[in-house]
Amino acid sequence: MMKKILVIFAHPVLEKSRVHKSLLHSISRLDHVTFNDLYENYPDFDIDVKREQQLLLAHDIIIWQFPFYWYSAPALLKQWQDLVLQHGWAYGKNGMALNGKKVFNVITSGGGMQAYQPDGYQHCTMSDLLRPYERTAALCHMAYWPPFWVPGTHKLEAAQIEEFGEKYRQLLIELGKGNLTDEEILPVNCINDLIEITKSNTA
Amino acid sequence: MEHSFFSTALVFLAAAVLFVPLAKKSGLGSVLGYLIAGVIIGPFVMGFVGKEGQDIMHFAEFGVVMMLFLIGLELEPELLWKLRKSILGLGGLQVVLTTIVIAGIAMLFNFVWQQALALGMVLALSSTAIVLQTLSEKGLMKTSAGQSAFSVLLFQDIAVIPMLALFPLLATIGNGGEKAADPHAVKTWVDGYPGWLHALIVLGSIAAIIAAGRIAVRPLLRIIAKTNMREIFTASALLIIVGIAVLMTQIGLSPALGSFLAGVVLANSEYRHELESDIEPFKGLLLGVFFIAVGASIDFNLVAAQYSQIILWVFILIAVKVGVLLFLGKFFKVSIEQNFIFSFSLAQVGEFAFVLFSFSLQQGILSAETTSLMTAVVAISMALTPLIILINEKFILPKVGTDEVEQRPADEIDEKNPVIIAGFGHFGSTIGRFLRANKIPATYLDLDSDRVDALRNMGFKVFYGDASRHELLQAAGADKAKIIIIAIDSPEKRLEMIETVKKHFPHLHMLVRAKNRFDAYELMNAGMLHIYRETLETSLRVGVDAMSLLGYRKYTAKRLAKNFMKYDEANMKYLSAIRNQEEYVIEARKYIEEIEETIQSDRQNLFFGGDMSWDPETLREEARANNSGTIG
Repeated sequence: MMKKILVIFAHPVLEKSRVHKSLLHSISRLDHVTFNDLYENYPDFDIDVKREQQLLLAHDIIIWQFPFYWYSAPALLKQWQDLVLQHGWAYGKNGMALNGKKVFNVITSGGGMQAYQPDGYQHCTMSDLLRPYERTAALCHMAYWPPFWVPGTHKLEAAQIEEFGEKYRQLLIELGKGNLTDEEILPVNCINDLIEITKSNTA
Repeated sequence: MEHSFFSTALVFLAAAVLFVPLAKKSGLGSVLGYLIAGVIIGPFVMGFVGKEGQDIMHFAEFGVVMMLFLIGLELEPELLWKLRKSILGLGGLQVVLTTIVIAGIAMLFNFVWQQALALGMVLALSSTAIVLQTLSEKGLMKTSAGQSAFSVLLFQDIAVIPMLALFPLLATIGNGGEKAADPHAVKTWVDGYPGWLHALIVLGSIAAIIAAGRIAVRPLLRIIAKTNMREIFTASALLIIVGIAVLMTQIGLSPALGSFLAGVVLANSEYRHELESDIEPFKGLLLGVFFIAVGASIDFNLVAAQYSQIILWVFILIAVKVGVLLFLGKFFKVSIEQNFIFSFSLAQVGEFAFVLFSFSLQQGILSAETTSLMTAVVAISMALTPLIILINEKFILPKVGTDEVEQRPADEIDEKNPVIIAGFGHFGSTIGRFLRANKIPATYLDLDSDRVDALRNMGFKVFYGDASRHELLQAAGADKAKIIIIAIDSPEKRLEMIETVKKHFPHLHMLVRAKNRFDAYELMNAGMLHIYRETLETSLRVGVDAMSLLGYRKYTAKRLAKNFMKYDEANMKYLSAIRNQEEYVIEARKYIEEIEETIQSDRQNLFFGGDMSWDPETLREEARANNSGTIG
């Protein structure tokens, strides 16, 4: 029985994006993955809270996928958090609906990996900047995994982008099969790194 | 003629230009304006027109032929089918019952039965021109009274055709003595043929008109339309009608019947609207001349000699017509209030009476004395229409109908609502439902008493009446309210209402419905800030959904639609400032070009990198140029 994965995707101008288009294309044929396109479903920002909560309940692993604008997500994902993760449902004394689920970010950034270092251009690491998502996950009793991160997108060539897509696809297959444990996942910086490991392991 | 053509034209046109606007301004309507103009230039007041008035009348009767052609054009089978019950039932019974009652009364006045029947038929008709104009000016066309009146008038218009066909029969049995004296009797092709052959020729001609309309006229019009010569199209439209009129006269039938048939045959053709707009001015002008001629031919010596007779007839006619209509309205379950509006608005005799009277004079059915007398009666009944309607509104409706101000127990505290909504049709009702769903108390004003009663039963606070009236607004609490939403259907009424609110309740925010751009311009020029074009949002939503189905991102399509709307509104404001018509056309054309350009550039911005929001192309270029790759 495959674990069910929910991709919650937020991109206001997907038609301009090269990387996200490619990432989405790579995972489009996976049966255990549900794709939830927020900007397409809610162009007016009025989110169907019941539907979103049902979706969350029906999946084991949640992904927040978005371009990393201004150290955060596009506005609609924030709206989604504000509306869907209700007190008494997702958090609070009786809010245990998401208990035990796994969650991680799939993000793209213009800056390269070396910029996100304490002594780099951004003065802090990506996991520092993703702290709000980590805390959200914790408050909602979910395990927060390290991100799948595509850095330096402006300079990526088509072949490199395709490689990220393939990695993303393999990651979701492995996660679906339950081949990766919390012990393996939690220590790494980026969940991408694990795929090369599994690749070389199987090779 | 003793006068030259030009001097006659001068008199007629000047009279029309002078008196019709005056009559309209004083609420009498254009038909009465023409009649009054005729009386003034006629032999009994100023004497500009003498005997030739009769000749002009015969010429101008052609306007009636055109009118019937236009009525035929309007009669789409679907519309007829939709209104079949009230047209045939209400309209048919009105004509039949009124004819019988009036004919009966006429026989008491010693008319022979043929004359009585002719009088009954003629006087049963009401004035389409006056009634439709009055009802739409009052914004009542969409109420059940308006719909019923329309159906009855439609049936009457159609009933004229068989009446015209029937009249010669009444003459051959009746006193046809005066026929020979008529100088306008035309020698026709069918004179001297036996009756059965005559009938055959008539049927053949009608079949020929229908066949020609279906087979020959459409291709002909298509060819002419392709030449792009407007005047030739107009000429061929006139040719069709004149041709039919000549044919009909030659076989001894009414030209009106023929052109009506031709109109019906062409009602579904693609050239319907062009034909309408081409014929309309000719019809209007000829009918106007016709009414003037009628006015000029009223014999005031006769009127003065028989004024008691005339007054008696006017009274009888109005009483009979209103009585029959009230009875039928009740029978057809029109609510009491609507029934009174409907019945009183149709109380006059119509313009067809003049045509039918002159026709019956030619045919030798009625004597010249009778027709002069009756022409005066008809004209007076028309002149009284505004007065009759006023009496109904002021004295009768308040007793029988829906009260303007709701009757409430005195001890209940009547708190004033912050919102007033004028007009509870499909536009206003949505606003009302939305506000009610959010517990925002609103007061409603509406002109349809059926709707008012229904809404009151549902617990809405509704006032019945004309929302442009100061007293009604006062009663509805306009002095205490904050907002007034003007959602009524009629653009003229909206403007009137705006004037009233500006004058008496300047503190109110006015949110105004507009039909389209041009309506919105008028509202802007009236100083309105909150204008809502009925179809703007809906059309753009359709546009967004269409883009989405074509594969565009929904959010992008929405943004484009919003940009479009902002730009459109800004342009509206700019264009509304331009009042000069010619300048406006130039500006409007420029606007269309501009909008094309804007949309084009919007699209380029959004899809090819010029849009500075989210992932701008400039950022990518900068990052690629900068080798350290630190931006992000």
